[in-house]
Amino acid sequence: MKSFSKTFNIQELIRPLGQMAFFSIGTTLLLSIFTLLLAWILDRTIVGQTLLDRLNVSLFTYTLVNLPQVALDGLTIGFVYAAIALGYTMVYGVLEFINFAHSEIFAVGAFVGVEILIALDSFGVLKGASLGWAYVYLIAAIVAGMVAAGALAVTVERIAYRPLRHASRLVPLISAIGVSFLLQDLIRLVESLTTGQFNRIFPTFGNFDRRLLLGKMSLGATNITFGVSVKSIIVIVAAVLMLVALNYLVNATKIGKAIRAVAQDHPTASLMGIDVNRIISLTFLVGGLLGGAAGVLYALKFTRIDAFVGFFPGLKAFTAAVLGGIGNMTGALLGGIVLGMLETYAGSYMGVFTMGAAGTEYKDIFAFSILILVLIFRPQGLMGASVAQKA
Amino acid sequence: MFHLLKNVVQPIDRMISSFPRVFILAHIFLGAALVYMSPRSNLAFLVLITSFYSLYHFPTDRWFKLTAGMVLTLLIFPVLGVRNIFYLEVIFQISVFAALALGLNIVVGFAGLLDLGYVAFYAVGAYLWAFFGSQQYYVLPFAPGTQPSNLPFLLPGDAFYLFMFIAIIVAAITGILLGTPVLRLRGDYLAIVTLGFGEVIRVLANNLDKPLNFTNGPQGITPIQRPTMPDWVVDGFNRIFAWIVGHEVSPADMYNVMFYLMALLVIVVIVYVTKRLDDSKIGRAWTAIREDETAAIAMGIPLVRMKLAAFAVGASFAGVMGVLLAGSRTFISPESFSFMQSIGVLAMVILGGSGSIPGVILGAATVTILNLQVLQGLSLYLSQLRQSDAVIPIINFAWANLSTQLDPAKYQRLLFGLILILMMIFRPEGLIPSQRRKRELSGEGNPSGE
Repeated sequence: MKSFSKTFNIQELIRPLGQMAFFSIGTTLLLSIFTLLLAWILDRTIVGQTLLDRLNVSLFTYTLVNLPQVALDGLTIGFVYAAIALGYTMVYGVLEFINFAHSEIFAVGAFVGVEILIALDSFGVLKGASLGWAYVYLIAAIVAGMVAAGALAVTVERIAYRPLRHASRLVPLISAIGVSFLLQDLIRLVESLTTGQFNRIFPTFGNFDRRLLLGKMSLGATNITFGVSVKSIIVIVAAVLMLVALNYLVNATKIGKAIRAVAQDHPTASLMGIDVNRIISLTFLVGGLLGGAAGVLYALKFTRIDAFVGFFPGLKAFTAAVLGGIGNMTGALLGGIVLGMLETYAGSYMGVFTMGAAGTEYKDIFAFSILILVLIFRPQGLMGASVAQKA
Repeated sequence: MFHLLKNVVQPIDRMISSFPRVFILAHIFLGAALVYMSPRSNLAFLVLITSFYSLYHFPTDRWFKLTAGMVLTLLIFPVLGVRNIFYLEVIFQISVFAALALGLNIVVGFAGLLDLGYVAFYAVGAYLWAFFGSQQYYVLPFAPGTQPSNLPFLLPGDAFYLFMFIAIIVAAITGILLGTPVLRLRGDYLAIVTLGFGEVIRVLANNLDKPLNFTNGPQGITPIQRPTMPDWVVDGFNRIFAWIVGHEVSPADMYNVMFYLMALLVIVVIVYVTKRLDDSKIGRAWTAIREDETAAIAMGIPLVRMKLAAFAVGASFAGVMGVLLAGSRTFISPESFSFMQSIGVLAMVILGGSGSIPGVILGAATVTILNLQVLQGLSLYLSQLRQSDAVIPIINFAWANLSTQLDPAKYQRLLFGLILILMMIFRPEGLIPSQRRKRELSGEGNPSGE
């Protein structure tokens, strides 16, 4: 029994699950209460009046009715951000370096996954696939995206970052920006050479687009239904599985111990017999695997991808990592969930609350404003402790 | 490989250096003659424009350099440029980007602060004149595309000159406003925050067409006024140069010459200011901050104030060029101020050599020429191949089947990315390293420049 507990640390499986549940529920509750409060106040002003004239509902009811859907959407995108943010945070933890090209590694994962599904579709395999096979294909696409992205991340580290390991801090960062730009156009080059199309569409198969009905609610004359689409569930479940696995890898295995040792001190870690270069490669591999899977999940959720698909999710995931405290894995998880939620709430309600003056189009700015505010007032992030000096 | 190149180039270089004037004059005349004879050839233009480099590179006395440079910029380029307006356009763009690169050089090269949203300041300048120098003030209450057609202009075109100065101040203030909260952050965080700021400005430009129509949204503002040009300028130019130009120059073409000269003037001022700053107490404070922040504080350098100064000076250069751009294009849209432009300017600084004034100008020229002439030339060549019925021999692929999406002119990111990676790995000090850097490298043999 004792040896079992040594090889298999059950606590490290439960802890992240608890954290995720706590973060998700906590963020949802806090944001919902805040939004409802704001709606309740605004209801008494001209804003509420305008909505009443236009849609014949009070602002408070409108907000309440949309809330479950918004929260769920926010959670879905939040988990995608968390998965990408972990890639940033792990690399930062080990090398103290922002891997700017991580967003393109994410994009490559998305493209490889979607291309495989498109190829399967063109053979006619997907159309008649039974439900079980549909999931097999989806998992195959995710795994392919992970492998491609992981391999790419390791290659990029080997070629563009390792020679610069001992240069001043800005040198590898500039190189990473270069890699990011290069990869964006390489994806575009490959896509335009093969098909001449700029976009890729995630093929429709299986039951991923179906909505599961959760409940009904009648409000005045209208009937409101709450639903959750299957793909949202898939995204969340897949992300949770990956995050738990990663947490286990880092916190409960020997390799994870090596990663943590390298993050603390390169020379000392190498004196302890750890091959620092291999661990750094491994960190990039793990970050790439997560990024690639997140890419395919993102494509599943948003259907349409192009060569620049990585830019905004990448930046927001970075924001999430900083928000949670860069270098801190639990922080990245929290940051991703909080940012995804905040952004979705803002995107959904800002238009109504400001009477259409500022709508969804400011969603992206919102993330940056949060980043700037966090860096000004709490540069170590929500969970970070000792990284203030590094900032 | 690099060594081999050096072994070939160095003796030639030494040989030319023994009779520099003859070579420089020959270079200029050869270039001018080539461009005169074949005004459409990109190669001829390259020969002419590289004469700037040989003028800079080979050691002669100051007066010779000054005179030759004046003749080249004030006489040869305008006259040959009106024969093919595209060349003037290329040189104008080189000047604009050189000014931007010099501004970014102050922030990145001198003070060591990586600014990834630099075009935001450029956008501030451009939108400043675009708003006040167009009908936009009267368009405020109208949604884009619904305004009546007979609106007056808010300010006369000659206010343009005044706005070049206002833009300096406004852009500098924007720089300080942005800098104040974020300059406490070090290195890479600052880079991301400035990136975010650049995106914020672009998104604002894209979306501030409601509730009040400030920027006209993605369609952009047009028409923007140019300063008036008196008739005698066109007449005079035609009277003097008609025999060599070969046709009457229209006022529209003359405007290109005027903006080219204005850009040149701005560059001269900027180079002068940058040189003076570099040699001043402020410049040395910047260097100290770049090399070691903690040590700089210990030496009593007011860290935040010096960083703000770098931000403000860099921003003001971009602000002026923004006004110039708005005036010369008469059209401004958020497209011109994307993140890619910021990286393009960064690529220029890095390629040329951050901290080095001639290097940065060389970087701006190289990247702009690659962008405007080489990539676009390739595009043209490809589209010709596509229309012909040529076939790639071995794999038996007809050019006509090549995707029309494949347009090299659109692959600037590839170019910028390659420049950044290759320079960082193989030559982080740039093509023309700054003097200080050179001394460091030769003295200690520490190539990483830590």
